[in-house]
Amino acid sequence: MATQQTNTLARVMMAPAVIVLLIWMIVPLVMTIWFSFQNYSLINPMMTGFAGWANYIYVIGDPSFTQALVNTLLLVGGVLIITVIGGTFIALLLDQPIWGQGILRILVISPFFVMPPVAALIWKNGFLHPGYGMFGHLFKMLGLQPVDWFAQYPLFSIIVIVAWQWLPFATLILLTALQSLSEEQREAAEMDGANAINRFWYIIMPHMARAITIVILIQTIFLLGIFAEIRVTTGGGPGYASTNIAFLVFRTGILSNDIGAGSAGGVVAVIIANIVAFFLMRAVGKNLDA
Amino acid sequence: MGSISLEHVNKSFGDVQVIPDISLDIKDGEFVVFVGPSGCGKSTLLRLIAGLEDTSSGTILLDGVDMTDAPPARRGLAMVFQSYALYPHMSVRDNIAFPLKMAKLPKEVIDQKVDYAARTLNLSSYLDRRPRALSGGQRQRVAIGRAIVREPKAFLFDEPLSNLDAALRVNMRLEITELHQQLKTTMIYVTHDQVEAMTMADRIVVLNAGNVEQFGSPLDLYKKPANRFVAGFIGSPRMNFVDGAEAAKYDAHSIGVRPEHFVLTRIPAPGSWEGVVSVAEQLGSDTFLHVQVGEFGLMTIRTDGEETFSHGDDVYLTPDATRIYRFDADGKAL
Repeated sequence: MATQQTNTLARVMMAPAVIVLLIWMIVPLVMTIWFSFQNYSLINPMMTGFAGWANYIYVIGDPSFTQALVNTLLLVGGVLIITVIGGTFIALLLDQPIWGQGILRILVISPFFVMPPVAALIWKNGFLHPGYGMFGHLFKMLGLQPVDWFAQYPLFSIIVIVAWQWLPFATLILLTALQSLSEEQREAAEMDGANAINRFWYIIMPHMARAITIVILIQTIFLLGIFAEIRVTTGGGPGYASTNIAFLVFRTGILSNDIGAGSAGGVVAVIIANIVAFFLMRAVGKNLDA
Repeated sequence: MGSISLEHVNKSFGDVQVIPDISLDIKDGEFVVFVGPSGCGKSTLLRLIAGLEDTSSGTILLDGVDMTDAPPARRGLAMVFQSYALYPHMSVRDNIAFPLKMAKLPKEVIDQKVDYAARTLNLSSYLDRRPRALSGGQRQRVAIGRAIVREPKAFLFDEPLSNLDAALRVNMRLEITELHQQLKTTMIYVTHDQVEAMTMADRIVVLNAGNVEQFGSPLDLYKKPANRFVAGFIGSPRMNFVDGAEAAKYDAHSIGVRPEHFVLTRIPAPGSWEGVVSVAEQLGSDTFLHVQVGEFGLMTIRTDGEETFSHGDDVYLTPDATRIYRFDADGKAL
């Protein structure tokens, strides 16, 4: 694997894939950057030409941008907290030997197979609808006023839906980590006088640190771009209450037909994602070092 | 104090009975080795004593107190596992300190005890390393360190040397024996290696299929094996057995002669068995000859390393008449 010839061969063989991927990534990015500096609005096709920083100033200067940024961080943070804590808890339960373990595990994982718009619709109509949703019925049964979740707690409702979708992923990764903990280590801790809580805190948690890191990193990448759930349920409203950066780009570029400003928002979203990734790696990345 | 008594202990996993009925008395300060072939239940027995498995029936007494259903932590025993089971995310210091931390001892006491254990085991310069950065023998010592800081009633060793290379194994064997002489704490040591059993134990328990075949001092087992199983298991290379007419001459169903209890000659001697050398293993100090002896099959003979034999040599074996072990049809020693 180290001779000159195999190295060269390896590079040549890998080149097509690398080049295709590079073009796939570079072309849209360059186009987005290009559009973000252009006057390009579908409503006003007569206005063209170089726009300078105008699109950026327009997007970032708008109060909706700050709100969308806060919403994005709340959405990502909220879902991470629910899935990591809930996933750890469910993984601990699923690790116990019980009858019907295989089927139970598949059931627990199944929400992950439901595509996001469908999941959002299930929640919108099946659970959260004040008239005929499950929670509506439950509240009425208890003699309470049904809550119109999407009107009163729009961002919270979306966090719940997304968390429901990602909980299985966290559970699955954390369960495999849990199962890779050597039985002897657990027994050694037991012999050393550690009770269940101490065993969890000193033995199981450090063992799972790397898996939790992976869950956080992967989920963050996907959660920064949550779109379908918002589109199907609240449409980003009321007002901008449940609009995140990704949805703001959609609202600006597609709903308001301002391609230039939408592109500027997209570039800002890419920069934000990189900033988040940077701080995330600083915070938890050390767990990945073997 | 650390006397351990088992009374009619039985262990089954579902329908499989691993240990039918074992009673043992281990005295305070004794070094007892459980030895037997794989799957004989020796590790299970150790885990029953540790409390890592539930006893199906019977009683386990530690210092005369019934601990059959007590959780492992309450039994006051320490265990060294085959894989060492060190905590990989903790430094050596934290590993050794872990049981003390769980016992909620004050920090100064913990530091003092950890330092003492580290000095005893030559680990002082490694205290801040992670287990990953240690060699096999050092990891082994950390595992022992973690056991000794607790000052347990007894130490339980579950095949602790089987992951080490041969030279290190001999070293650690000596270190553990020395540690026992120093601490004078009861130790139970599980192994499948009869050399470890012979060299380390005060008394050996030979287990086979969950039954105690014999419980006695190493030399007792060597000189007076209770049955054919013990005779074959203790001693290396293993004893040669002969059945049939030759055994009947000695009024037994089968007889056994150890490899070291033969006189080997190139010419026939009265009462000698004729054989042909098939393989000669020369160790320098000794030579082990594998000799094909007519209807008796392959036999192992130990001679000194002075004379050389090669494949196909005719030899005559005369068993030492005073050291022939006789067994009845059930394998019991006569």
